[in-house]
Amino acid sequence: MELASGVPPAAAGMIQAENLCKKFGELEAVRDISFQVNEGEIFAFLGPNGAGKTTTIKMLTTLLRPTSGVVRIDGLDPVSQQHQARKRFGIVFQDASLDDELTAHENMDFHGLLYSVPRRVRAEGIERLLKMFELWDRRGDLVKTFSGGMRRRLEIARGLLHTPKILFLDEPTLGLDPQTRNQLWSHVRQLNAEQRVTVFLTTHYMEEAERVAERIAIIDHGRIVAQGSPAELKRQTGSETLEQAFLALTGATIRDEEASSVDQMRNIARMWTRRPR
Amino acid sequence: MNTVYVLWIRQLKRYVRSRARIVGALGQPLLYLLAFGLGFGPTFAKAGEGSYIQFLVPGVIGMSILFTALFSGVDLIWDRQFGFLKETLVAPVPRLMIMIGRTLGGATVAMLQGLILVVLCLLVGFRPAGWHAWPLAFLYMGLIAVMFTALGTAIASVLEDFQGFQLVMSFLVMPIFFLSGALFPLNNTIGPIKIIASFDPLSYGVDGLRGALTGGGYHFGATTDLAVMSSLTACLLALGTYLFSKVQL
Repeated sequence: MELASGVPPAAAGMIQAENLCKKFGELEAVRDISFQVNEGEIFAFLGPNGAGKTTTIKMLTTLLRPTSGVVRIDGLDPVSQQHQARKRFGIVFQDASLDDELTAHENMDFHGLLYSVPRRVRAEGIERLLKMFELWDRRGDLVKTFSGGMRRRLEIARGLLHTPKILFLDEPTLGLDPQTRNQLWSHVRQLNAEQRVTVFLTTHYMEEAERVAERIAIIDHGRIVAQGSPAELKRQTGSETLEQAFLALTGATIRDEEASSVDQMRNIARMWTRRPR
Repeated sequence: MNTVYVLWIRQLKRYVRSRARIVGALGQPLLYLLAFGLGFGPTFAKAGEGSYIQFLVPGVIGMSILFTALFSGVDLIWDRQFGFLKETLVAPVPRLMIMIGRTLGGATVAMLQGLILVVLCLLVGFRPAGWHAWPLAFLYMGLIAVMFTALGTAIASVLEDFQGFQLVMSFLVMPIFFLSGALFPLNNTIGPIKIIASFDPLSYGVDGLRGALTGGGYHFGATTDLAVMSSLTACLLALGTYLFSKVQL
């Protein structure tokens, strides 16, 4: 609903973070960040490896408890109102979280059961979403026969089955080819336009953030170094492209993270589970 | 309730669909039956201990359930990072229900694997004391299954990755099996082994199973076996639930 002046109401945002901090022992992964994402907006978190993107998403989605600061998801506190907050969002993780040995339909159906979506609504929702993401014909096939792009689409479809208000996408296009990436973003934009789902995404592909997101926050070393629309960010730094703006803000040093045990498992997962077709 | 059902049926569907794994997991117990059962059999009989196959079958069934249950517990390491479990951890459902469903699923699968082995053992000539022996035998099989799925979950909740897994195999799982009296009678063995075996939970499971199937012939006694198995299973379930509730992604 818009006010008479045509300006959206300045009500509390769909996602709010105030002075959010997360420390792991001595390491400060997220340092005092604040931002707001409005209802129906597509908001991107852009940053180099290890900047704190995933840690922030985990705090927003009830998986990590902030060391200090405040988070509100549709007005709810993810720490004290965990279950209510969880119903408000769908999430696509950086690593796949589908069951390979189940069919696409079973993956959807089990998700619906976990979120207590009533049987009829569930059946209708699964059909509508699988058709929308062009997976309906493959609904009876085991997920292990799916390509990377199909898996991602299925994960997004699944994340939407309980009609969340917010969709979190953590590096959703990592490892996908340009065609598949393009198609994925078309889906996300269509969804946002038609159903007003608020989208919070992280990526380190500049051109994607520029094309898809209405507003971007650039995060580096756990701090937000700039936020605004792509045009504003370019103006602030006097750059022609977002990539130049990004490099101007975060510097050109390469961030070599030490490979964690999860990264090592990720490599094994790639060897064994990716079956492109 | 939905949560328990989803996690249970999921494990079951995965199990039924992986026929290669079912057959593969039967290979090792069958090899034990062949090499030890038939190879050692005559020597065992000469020593006056009777038929080794009759003695060995409960031990091998226990082993098969131990391994299947423990692996489905430890599979948590993979499942929480790359699997469906991760998705359940952000769903609006209590962790306790996830733990219960997953444990029931793992235990059911281990139990099914044990049942297939039972059928195979009957085919190679194993004869239980009578049909009335089965209800009690199934109870022990179920207890072994739940106990070690819970133990697997507890271990996996603490392990970051598979690096520590080899350690767990060499210093926990293999000793649990080899020192449990699954392969040799505890009655006639030397003192230290007897003492070690009395600290091994599988000893009581195998002893109970063997006692039930052979109609008597307990080492620890029926009451002791049942009491130790039930209380240890309860303890490990509690431990697994506690450690699983602390798992962070």
